[in-house]
Amino acid sequence: MAYLISIKLREDYSNFIFYLSPLVAVFLTLFFGSFIFLILDLSPIESFKIFFISPISNSYGISELFVKATPLAIIALGLSYCFKNNIYNIGAEGQLTMGAIFGGGIGLLFNNSSSILLLPSMILFGAIGGAFWATIPALLKTKFNTNEILTSLMLTYVALFILDYFVVGPWKDPDGYGLPKSMPFPESGRLPVLFDGLRIHIGVYFAIIICFISYIVFNKTLFGFKLRVSGFSSKASQYAGFKYKNLIFYTFIISGACAGLAGLFEVSGPIGLLYRDISPNYGFTAIIVAFLGRLNPIGIILSSLLIALTYLGAEDAQLFLKIPSAVGFVFQGLVLFFLLGTDFLNKYRISIK
Amino acid sequence: MQPIVEFQNINKEYPGVVANNNVSFKIKRQTIHAILGENGAGKSTLVKILYGHVKPDKGQIIINSDLATINSPTTAQSLGINMVFQHFSLFESLTVAENLILGMSEKISLSKLKSKSETICNKYGFNLNLNSPISALSVGQRQSVEIVRSLLNNPEILIMDEPTSVLTPEEIKKLFKIIKKLVADGLTVIFISHKLDEIINLSDHVTIMRNGKVVSNLTTKNEDPESLGYKMLGYKVSKTKQINNINYSEDVLSLNNLSSYSQDPFTTNLNKINFKLKKGQIFGIAGVAGNGQKELMEVLLNENDLEFNGNIIFKNININKLSTFQRKSLSISYVTEQRLGHSAVPEMSLSENILLSMNHKTEFKRGDFINFDTINSYANDVIKNFNVDTPSFNVKAGKLSGGNLQKFIIGREIMSNPELLILSQPTWGIDAGSEAFIKKSLIELSQRGVSIIIISHDLDELLEVCHNISVLYEGSLSKSLNVENIDISKLGKYMGGLFD
Amino acid sequence: MNLDLIIGILNIVLISTTPLVLAGIGELVTEKSGVLNLGLEGLMLMGAVTGFVTLVLTGNYFFSLFFSIISGIILSGIFAFLVLNLMTNQIATGLALTIFGIGLSAMIGKNFSGTPIDGLSPYYLIIFSFLLVFFVSYFLSKTKSGLIVRAVGENHNSAYALGYNVIKTRYLTIIFGGVMSSLAGFYISVCYAPMWQEGMIAGRGWIALALVVFATWKPWRLLVGAYIFGGVAIMQMNLQAFGVKLPGQFFNMMPYLATLIVLVFISSNKIRLKLSAPSCLNIPYEKNS
Repeated sequence: MAYLISIKLREDYSNFIFYLSPLVAVFLTLFFGSFIFLILDLSPIESFKIFFISPISNSYGISELFVKATPLAIIALGLSYCFKNNIYNIGAEGQLTMGAIFGGGIGLLFNNSSSILLLPSMILFGAIGGAFWATIPALLKTKFNTNEILTSLMLTYVALFILDYFVVGPWKDPDGYGLPKSMPFPESGRLPVLFDGLRIHIGVYFAIIICFISYIVFNKTLFGFKLRVSGFSSKASQYAGFKYKNLIFYTFIISGACAGLAGLFEVSGPIGLLYRDISPNYGFTAIIVAFLGRLNPIGIILSSLLIALTYLGAEDAQLFLKIPSAVGFVFQGLVLFFLLGTDFLNKYRISIK
Repeated sequence: MQPIVEFQNINKEYPGVVANNNVSFKIKRQTIHAILGENGAGKSTLVKILYGHVKPDKGQIIINSDLATINSPTTAQSLGINMVFQHFSLFESLTVAENLILGMSEKISLSKLKSKSETICNKYGFNLNLNSPISALSVGQRQSVEIVRSLLNNPEILIMDEPTSVLTPEEIKKLFKIIKKLVADGLTVIFISHKLDEIINLSDHVTIMRNGKVVSNLTTKNEDPESLGYKMLGYKVSKTKQINNINYSEDVLSLNNLSSYSQDPFTTNLNKINFKLKKGQIFGIAGVAGNGQKELMEVLLNENDLEFNGNIIFKNININKLSTFQRKSLSISYVTEQRLGHSAVPEMSLSENILLSMNHKTEFKRGDFINFDTINSYANDVIKNFNVDTPSFNVKAGKLSGGNLQKFIIGREIMSNPELLILSQPTWGIDAGSEAFIKKSLIELSQRGVSIIIISHDLDELLEVCHNISVLYEGSLSKSLNVENIDISKLGKYMGGLFD
Repeated sequence: MNLDLIIGILNIVLISTTPLVLAGIGELVTEKSGVLNLGLEGLMLMGAVTGFVTLVLTGNYFFSLFFSIISGIILSGIFAFLVLNLMTNQIATGLALTIFGIGLSAMIGKNFSGTPIDGLSPYYLIIFSFLLVFFVSYFLSKTKSGLIVRAVGENHNSAYALGYNVIKTRYLTIIFGGVMSSLAGFYISVCYAPMWQEGMIAGRGWIALALVVFATWKPWRLLVGAYIFGGVAIMQMNLQAFGVKLPGQFFNMMPYLATLIVLVFISSNKIRLKLSAPSCLNIPYEKNS
């Protein structure tokens, strides 16, 4: 029996490969991506330059990279709590929307306030809105045993319609020429930018702080330990005496609050008002960011920057290469496929004999 | 006469362990050939190779003088080889008839199946209801389904992997009669066991395996249990024995009229369970699996808020409503049947597995933070005191052998100074050395005044370490028998449901 | 209310519910073998866009149907390879499939949105959907192959021990599910709409997933559930027409809320759900060799 590929379970779980495989996945995505460009009759090298290099070749571009990466990182950090606990909250998009409605609502309610408390209360309500929306699937799961994947997703559609209702209904800007958008938030309700003339805002600090806190929580605290145990085995978690239902609530609330925060940052930062399409699927893309970052807070920061680049690249590609910006999602889907696939290398050793 | 099966230089390696190392021996036609070895000796791997379930790294198998390439169970079946699995290969929610059909290589109509299975049942004394779902059957009946299903394929060779481990003494006797009749009718049976008496009683020849190697091939009638045991282990195990006196008189735990009412057909409801446990007493709960052991453990551990009536009194406190965490805080310790993924997390380090069970203890915490220093030193103590073979406490629990991990888990619980220790299947599936060590530890613990409950299918184990034994049957508990002057046949009757 | 109106409403229900039946039945078979495919939304979008684009380019319904089905086979084949051969997490892989499908369909269809076509009559696939439910029900309960599918979903280790090829069985059921989803997509863009618009599946893939749970994995119940659901969804339009005064968005969110409520209702009976769900659903199968 000559030249058989043999696949064997690894004796040692390799940390090196665990963190290497996202890079392999990115490389494979680029490799396959070049085929997509070839099919579209474009030069892969030129296209990649437009996609991945030219968007961040000036300070404006770098600022935009952080503008996109901030919500992705904040949401993905929140989601990592759920995913570590083996809870699949995939309704972050809806929680983001609710955060924008709650926090943005405060901004519209006090739209002639110039109080320095306006922005903090908007942020607070943004987080509360997201957390509130996330407690619904948590409640349904713990009380009625309902699959959280489907409920959190259904609630996303509901949240989008609620936002739609507000911006074409009660909160429509009377001076907005009938467009489905609210009036702008007052200056005191706008998120401060870090540099004049650029859109990068203080949300970046929040992302870094949440990353730092998450790192401590996951590695040093009993709560983080509980999440990991429950993620590995719910039976072991019960044996340990952990209240699994409470953990479900906590993780949903944390991830919902993060998504709500991100939503509020979007509307009070770059956008400045409420309208229909406040998020280009940040809530869904953050799922990929979380996995690509290996649910590791620092990994998530890095992967959020990479995925943010696919957003910018897709915009430039639409502009300069005349290909639809949806190509960004294609890359995101591919990278997740490859990441999951390369996980195989973690568990198995492949050799040819 | 030509051998029906011949193993030639079979090798099989798994990460970190050589399961079969140059295994060669022959099996004679129309005999009962036993393969003996302790847990992990490589018996199961070898027969799985014969059944096409596992591919060997090297070596070959000769069947009826022909070189056989057995790539899958299907080819094994076409060569006349069938297998009755230790953990069964049945489909719980499907009916007996559907299970039988799935086991047959040829296509068959329902009516033909009925007549064919009836013939087999009548001939060997099985009793099957074809329309009942497997989930409604007792363990013994399930085994009957497995055997009948194998026989429907008209096999020449029948492999039985530890078939007695789940049966009552009565059922074992019946099974042995059936096996002997099958062999008289022309079948060759390969019988795998680690129980010495059974092998002496049943087999014609025995191959003894140790650490993946064949250590001897014998004709059974020249042997006795002692000689087999010595050859199996390579050393003599001095049997521990409970010194049968309890030095204390106060009750530690009492269960009063405990009944459960689950609607789930996969569970066995407990029926008015009563018992009292003294300080320093070891109380054994025997019985065939599936008679309420899981549910009793659940009620004692309270992981799932299983609803029940009656009272659980621990040291004059009613603990009915107390959570697992609260019960552990009252110094009750638990060792569950399933090690990986229940009483230990295989993906986590040994230190983290200390915290898993000891997170109620303040010395391992600093507020909400984990105190890794005290955890690591506790883990080190467990490893040292309980002979756990591991390079460090950073090793993942899943890397340990079954025996080592069980010593670690039981050591972890014992070192927390419990007043009551509840164990389920404490020595199931582990090597003889670890088994002896654990039994000795439990007896010592009881002499220090700790009360112990052992739920086990292994009657020998209970007879060795317990003061008293009761039997669980369909959710009811028999009265307790004193081990010192125990009547084994009475115990056997209890296990079959004949309480007095 | 006159008869014509009732027939009209029933007709609309029939036409709008069929994609849910198609995708739902496909997923039901996949899940019966123990695999959870959350990628229906992506599969349906891809089926819709390939069907539509092929029709625009060739003007031929057969080619349109053919390429739509091919897209389902390829995409579900990729999913099958990942979850079966590489043993990836089924939930994450399904999500990746959905995101990939959203992106790729939008990319392919970008230049075609708004292109007018002559739609195919929906009744072929409506009739097919009823036959499909009948055949799948018969297949699962009465044939040996169906029994094997159930056995694999019930206990893959036992199935393997008896000599059944678990991976091959699951490849077939996953691809069957993929083809049915792409058919559902084809139906929406070529028969129902008929047009292409980015994201036009609008959550129907997820609703089909919920229907499988609602049906407790029984084909006929899935059919009934889909039509109840379709009825409720149509009712909201009519309520609006009858002058019930609520903002339009609240009517629009009704299907999603209805799904949510039904799911809660079904899953609250924990034991029943446990008894009817395939035991190996979403449990990775590792062949030990």
